[in-house]
Parts: sequence; C-alpha cells; structure tokens
Amino acid sequence: MIKIDRRLIKNFDWITFLCVVVLTAIGIVTIYSATRPIMIDGEAVTHPDYYLKQIVWLLIGLTAMFAIISIDYIWLFRFSYFLYAIGLLLLVIVLFAGKTTMGAQRWISLGPISFQPSEFFRLLFIIGFSSYLSNQVANHGHNQTNGLSGNLSVKSLFIFAILPLVLVINQPDLGTAILLMSLFAALSIAKGLSRKLLTTILLIAVISVPFLGPVLWDGLRDYQKNRIIAFIDPAADPSGIGYHIAQSKITIGSGGALGKGYFNGTQGPLRFLPEKHTDFVFSVFAEEWGFLGSLVLLSIYLILFLRGLDTALKAKDEVGRLIATGITAMFFVYFSVNIGMTLGMMPVVGVPLPFVSYGGTALLSNFIAAGILINIRIRRFELFYP
Amino acid sequence: MVSKTIKIGSYIIIGVFLVIVFRLWQLQIMDGSKFKSLSENNRLRIIKTPAPRGIIYDRNNIPLVKNIPAFSVSIVLDHDRLVDMDALAALLGLKKEEIEEKLGKKNNSSFIPVKLKHGLNFEEIARIEARKSDFPGLFVETETGREYVFGKVGAHIIGHLGKINPSQATNYDLRHFPPDALIGQGGVESLFDSELRGIPGERIIEVNATGRELRKIKERQPIKGRDVTISIDINIQKSVEDAFGAKAGALVAVNPNSGEILAIESLPSFDPNIFSNGIRHKDWKEIIDNKKNPMLNRAIQSQYPPASTFKIITAVAALEEGVIDPKTRINCTGGIGYGKWSFGCWKKHGSVDMHNAIVESCDVYFYEVGKRLGIDKIYKYASAFGLGKKTGIDIMNSSEKKGFIPNTEWKQAKKGQPWYIGETFIASIGQGYITATPVQMAMALSTFINGGYSYKPYILMGNQHPASEMISLKPDTVRIVNEALSAVVNGPNGTAKGARSHITTIGGKTGTAQVVSKKRAGSGEKFMDHAWFVAFAPVDNPEIALSVFVEHGGGGGAVAAPIAKKAIEAYIKSKEQQHSRTAEQHNSRTVEQ
Repeated sequence: MIKIDRRLIKNFDWITFLCVVVLTAIGIVTIYSATRPIMIDGEAVTHPDYYLKQIVWLLIGLTAMFAIISIDYIWLFRFSYFLYAIGLLLLVIVLFAGKTTMGAQRWISLGPISFQPSEFFRLLFIIGFSSYLSNQVANHGHNQTNGLSGNLSVKSLFIFAILPLVLVINQPDLGTAILLMSLFAALSIAKGLSRKLLTTILLIAVISVPFLGPVLWDGLRDYQKNRIIAFIDPAADPSGIGYHIAQSKITIGSGGALGKGYFNGTQGPLRFLPEKHTDFVFSVFAEEWGFLGSLVLLSIYLILFLRGLDTALKAKDEVGRLIATGITAMFFVYFSVNIGMTLGMMPVVGVPLPFVSYGGTALLSNFIAAGILINIRIRRFELFYP
Repeated sequence: MVSKTIKIGSYIIIGVFLVIVFRLWQLQIMDGSKFKSLSENNRLRIIKTPAPRGIIYDRNNIPLVKNIPAFSVSIVLDHDRLVDMDALAALLGLKKEEIEEKLGKKNNSSFIPVKLKHGLNFEEIARIEARKSDFPGLFVETETGREYVFGKVGAHIIGHLGKINPSQATNYDLRHFPPDALIGQGGVESLFDSELRGIPGERIIEVNATGRELRKIKERQPIKGRDVTISIDINIQKSVEDAFGAKAGALVAVNPNSGEILAIESLPSFDPNIFSNGIRHKDWKEIIDNKKNPMLNRAIQSQYPPASTFKIITAVAALEEGVIDPKTRINCTGGIGYGKWSFGCWKKHGSVDMHNAIVESCDVYFYEVGKRLGIDKIYKYASAFGLGKKTGIDIMNSSEKKGFIPNTEWKQAKKGQPWYIGETFIASIGQGYITATPVQMAMALSTFINGGYSYKPYILMGNQHPASEMISLKPDTVRIVNEALSAVVNGPNGTAKGARSHITTIGGKTGTAQVVSKKRAGSGEKFMDHAWFVAFAPVDNPEIALSVFVEHGGGGGAVAAPIAKKAIEAYIKSKEQQHSRTAEQHNSRTVEQ
C-alpha cells in the first residue's frame, strides 16, 4: 500500500506545495499582526496566541499532507463510499451532539480535541461523488443529446445533493452549503453533462439569482429580512452586517497602493474590524501590504488554481481528474466568496480564506486536499494500480 | 471534451481573478485616500480641551466670577451600530425624542461627538461611567463652568454664559463653534467674549472601536482667556441691590469727569448661575413669565419720562438764553390756566424765584420758563446734554435706547400738526413726549456738573474717550443751579431730604413721573408714579454722579433719594477702604525696606 518511489520524489509537485506553504506562512504573519497586543489605558490587552496555534496546525497539516501523498489515491477511490458514509454519519452526529458556538452547531468534541466535521465532509464529498461519477459510463457520440441526465438517478441526487445539503443547512452552515452546491455543479460539468441540461441549470441559476432574489427580498419587511439572515447564519449579527462590510472596505481601501506597512495596520488590532484573523484576514493583509502586496497574494492563488486544473487535465484516470477538479473548485469557491465578501461585493457569509484564515480544522483539511492534488499529479505516469 | 471543459474552468478562474483585481484597484487606488482618512477618523479622535475663561474683576480687583469644572456627556455614533435609545434616554434622564433630535442633526458626520446633556451632577456621572460599556461611544467631558460669585448683583452688566442663539448662528466670529457651545451672553461676558474666551487646547488621541482611549498622539495646551477689569464697584452694586428691596428700577453711577461707570444695576435681576450649565426649562420659564422682565437692563434698555429731573436742563437753558432773571419771582397758586387748558402743580408754592423753584420743584415756574424758551430751545439744550441720542456706552450698546426729545419740526413731520404751547408746558417739566434712559440722565447730570463736557460712559477700565462735545456754560448759571441742587437735599424746603448724608455733601434733583393722568388713576402698583432722583457728591468737587429710577416707586424724594444716598455712601466707604488698603501695603513695603 505504501510505496515511496524515487519517481515520486522526482515528480513531486513543488508548485502546489510551495503555493500552499507560502499562503499559510502569509496567513501566520498576518494573524500575528492582526492579533498583536495593544495598550489600553496603559494596560496591555492580549489575544490568545493564535499565530502559535496556527504554526502547530501547519506542522500537523504538513505531516498529514505527506502521509496522504504517500498513499496512492486509488485507495481513496476504493474506500470512497465507506469514507462518504462516515462523513454523512459525522454530520448527523453533529446535529444531535454538536457544540453550539455563535448560534451554530458545527463542532464535535472528542476529549480535548474539537473539530468541525463539515470541514472534512467537503473532502469526503469530493472523493465520494467523484468515484460515483467515474463509475458511470459517460455518454459520448450519438447518444449525447440525451445527456447524462439518465445517469444522475434520483437515488444519487438524494445521496450526493439533497441529504448533505439538508444536514449542513440545519447546522446551519451557509458557507458549506454554497460550497457543496458549487462542487456538485462543477463535478457534474467536469464529468460531461449534456449541453442541454447544463444550459438549463445555468440559465435557471443565472436568471433566478438577480431577478427572483431581489423581487422576493424587497417584498419583505426589514425585521423579516433580519430574521431570515439570522436564520441562515446567526453568526452574522443583522445590525452588524453593514458595519462589517463598511469596516472591511475602509480597512482594505486605506491600504492604498503600497500599504501601511507590516505592523502599521490599525483597523484590526484596534478592533474596528471584527473577525480580523479569521474571515476578514485578507482585509488586514491588504491594509498593511496595499494593492501591490494583494496582487502578489492573489497571484499565488491564481497559480494554485491553474496548477490544480492542469493536474486534473494530466490525471491518468477519470477519478483523479474529477477529484483534482473538485479540490480546485473547492479552493476557488472559498477564495472568491471570501475575497468578494471582504471587498463588499458579496453578503457576509462566514467562509474562511483557504490556508490564510485562522482555523485548525480548515487548515488541516486544506493541507490534506492539497496533498491529494499533489498525489494525483505525482502518479500521473503510473499505469498500473497497485 | 475534457480539455475543453477544463479550459472553460480556467477562463472562469481568470475572469473572477480579474474582477477581484479590478475591485481591489477601485478600493485601494481610486478611493484609497478617502478610505485612508476614514480609517484615521476611525482611529483618531480630536478632543477639545476648553480654555479657562478670563476672570472679570471689579475696580477694586475683587473677582466677580470663578471658573468651576462642569461635566457634560457626549456620544460618537459608529456607523449603523445600533444604540438602545430607550435605555440611553433612561440613563441620561432625557426624552428619547430629544436625543434622537440631537443625533439627527449630525447624521452625516458620525465621527463627531454630539453633546447630549450639560451640567451633570456627580451622581449622574457615576451612573453614566458605570454603564458606559453598554453604550459604545458614550463619554463624559469636562468643561469650564462659570460661577457668578455675587449671584444676582450686577447680573445684567456681568452677563452670563449661554448657548449660541439663532440670531448669532450666522455670526462670522462664531463659525468654528459647535452649536451647543457656551459663549458670553449679555454684559461684559458678551462684550469681551473674544478676549475672555482664550484658545481651546486639543488632544488627539487614538481610540479603539469601543471608543476607549489607547494613547495620546498629540496635545496642545489651552491658552487661558485674558482677564478683564471693569470699572464698577461691586460694593456699590450690592448696596443698590439692598436699597431697592423688591422694587424694580435702575441705578447708574458714573465718574462725572470721565464717564467711567462706577455702578450700573437693574432690578429685578436674575441669577446668572442658572445659565452656566445650560438653563433648565423650569428656570427659564420662571424668568420669561415674570411680568417685571428680569432680563431687561432698565439702565440702558428702558426709557421713561425724566419728569422733574429734566428741570435742571430747562433751568440751564433759561439762564443761558437769558429768558428770565433768576431773581424774578413767579406766583404759584397750585396751577396755571392757558386757554381752555389748565396745568397743575403738585403743591401751592406761592411766590418762588428760580432757586426756590428748583429746590421745591415748582411746576408753575417752569411752565412760564418753558413758555418763554419755546420747545426748540429746550430741544437744543436737551440735545447738548446728550438726551435723545445714544450715549455710546461700551456695553450693550446695540440694544441701548436713545430716549426722545421733541421739537416743532418733528411734530409737523411725524404728526402733521403744529406744536401746541401746552405741550411746551409739560415738556419743560420733563413729561409728555420726552423720554430718557437712566444712563442718559446720569450722563446729562455729569455734563452739567463737570462744566459742560460730554463723555462716553464706559465700563472697561482705561477705556476713556476724550470728551466729544462741549457746551460752555456761564459761571452764574452753574453757580445758581448748583446751589439749588445742593439745597434740594440740604435746604429746609428741599424735596430730597432723604438723601442727606453725614459723611458727604450730596446735591440732586427729584422727579416723579406720572404714569396715567390723575383722573384715570386707580389704585395698585401699576398706577403708581415712577420715582427719579439724579444726584452727585461731594457738592464742591463731584466725584460721583448718578441717576436712580424706581418703577412705580411713588415720589422721587421719598423713594429714589434714599437709594441714591446709600449708593453714594457705599462709594465713599469703598474708596476709603481702598485708600487704607493701599496705604497699608505702602507701609508694609516701607517696613520691609
């Protein structure tokens, strides 16, 4: 099962590896600045040592990543349904026995360790759904007009779309729900849905969001809107939504072209910006490093995403291609929702920035995901399954 | 197929990347400076440290005001972060609507603190400090409060602090003041506001999101306002306040040789201390509802018929114009008929010459004199003594009343009627159309006793103006009238024996202004005559000239003269004390040497 080949080292995907390590390092440095102690009335007010915890999680993540690289990803394929079942089970457990923080039930405690199952579920979902899709025979050639719709049975729709969505929304966790829907769409497209079905789904999505949404939304009274927002994501304080976005825009905008300089940002440490080391970490980074620094950070993500798609393109089999696509899509969705939110282009949805935001479970799960990407790339020349 | 799908995926990724970069460019490059100043505003707060206001001293260097700390509570709103208005209203003891109104005005500049309440007591401060964390942006500020040491005494002239009123809102000098700033209102506080005010200091501090001060960035110390010494003697003011008791009226005492004001008091008065922390509604209503109008400075802003005090001017005019020999005697039978009209005198005086006519205030004598002079001559002399025009007093000069002296030209132009001789009769005894303010009467008397010089009355020490005009009076005129004025107080038949003093010699002239004609008179205070008395002392070498006016006081000799006496005696005593004090200081200095 474990086979460390010289070829594995020779073919190692340094680009993906460096991207995620540099991103995590940037994250730690930014978290350190955002949570640095400040003097209030001559008294130092300190935070817990978030950056130290994040370093520890980085080491754990690296270990997990190398462990996952050393296992041929085909084993993930072989155990995929079993893993997916475990993921669903964890979601059920969290619904009944989870810890509630900030109004949402997302955590499971195992002794001293508590983690968010949904952070791992998204990975298990990618593996499970990719395996399922790769087991289906794609319709090519003359049969194309009928599309793949026949392959997406009601049973599979229930298992891979409705069931996980219901479980996640009930937590409630809007961020993960958005991600799962995006992944479902991305993987279905990657598998090769018929153009007809694809356009229908796309049209419905495109038309309904900007038109139907506002029409329904405007018909509501303010308190009803706040209730709906509070229902979907209680962590987003209704009266504070405008405040978050306004402060985030001030934080980013005030960075200007070259930034205020490291440790010279004021918005985060002075607590004008909430969630400065988690969801709004990019704002703190952009304040201190400016447009230029942000461009560098965004470029690293761009390299990571394009490399991920390249890995999918070069994967030796369909399941590898689908998993690589899924993981890249996952990073990309989190990235664009998070950055869009901090730039005031999207509503505040509690979604972390992959690798940069503070958060142990997310970092570990992202390193495992990156490990799988590297795994798929390293083994693209292997012709035989072990 | 596969590579095409992935290619589309990479286009989507690059597209989103470009949109994000564009947005970032918008925020950081295009609007960067705007957001930068917003973040500075977030972080920095400018707190004005009020400058201690200058102290106002009286002529003997007695402080009339004190600076005391006062506390107010303000709030800085942070964007749309909600404040529980009901709880805030309950905490401050204000109505919710009041707070919302105050906040509403400042909606656009949410970083500027809005003052919610002035004049907090210590209990209120403690309550607010304890619950401050529930209301981000709420803070207590220290301001300079003003204590008026002598309360009601001299309130009109010292003035008080008050909010900028709507008519001042457009004043250029006040453009930098927040609408709720306290500025000098009325009296010396207003006249010398810019000197007294000083320059406020500034503290630029860094705050966190809850408005707590983290550190001081920059501090500029306030510069104390300049002290102002005014020419009034608070001891005279106090004695006047006592002497008036519950009566309304005014007193103006000046140095006849310079126009320096020694005392200027108007009654009823008000306590300026109730204004210094922002007046409470109840107190303001009390002042407004008082029919006697305590805010009115009767010494400057009220004009009344000067009555018999005006006879000094008629007498001077007659002697200067030579219309009557002062020895000529006129028989007073208690009245005089002219045509179908009859003009009464207050008493049957019998045969009187000019001296007796002034001493006993015979109206019949002055009817005859007035008839011989004619109204236009009376007008000429009254004007020369400064009546009918503003004295130009340095304080409250915009609201100074100028009184009125009629003449034939005016009557024809304004009323379209010729002047009637009967009107000359009553003008010559200071009634009818003639009106004057207490300050005008004090200055008119000064002009007579200083030998004809007109000065501008002033309250700021050293603000003396050279005499603007001068009328030359014959020595005989001065002698005859002076002797008579002395006899008014000191002679056996004088009308003002109540002003006789043991410590100095006082001269003067009484006046009793009719409020309504005798026939229609009812009983009750509002039908009572106004009492006047103009006086000077010492007779030989006058240092103080004054006018006393008592609204509905009754007879001038009985009511106004004793007040004048008390004021003059207070002046003499205060001066002696001052002399002995400087002598002591001088002695102690010589001993030290």
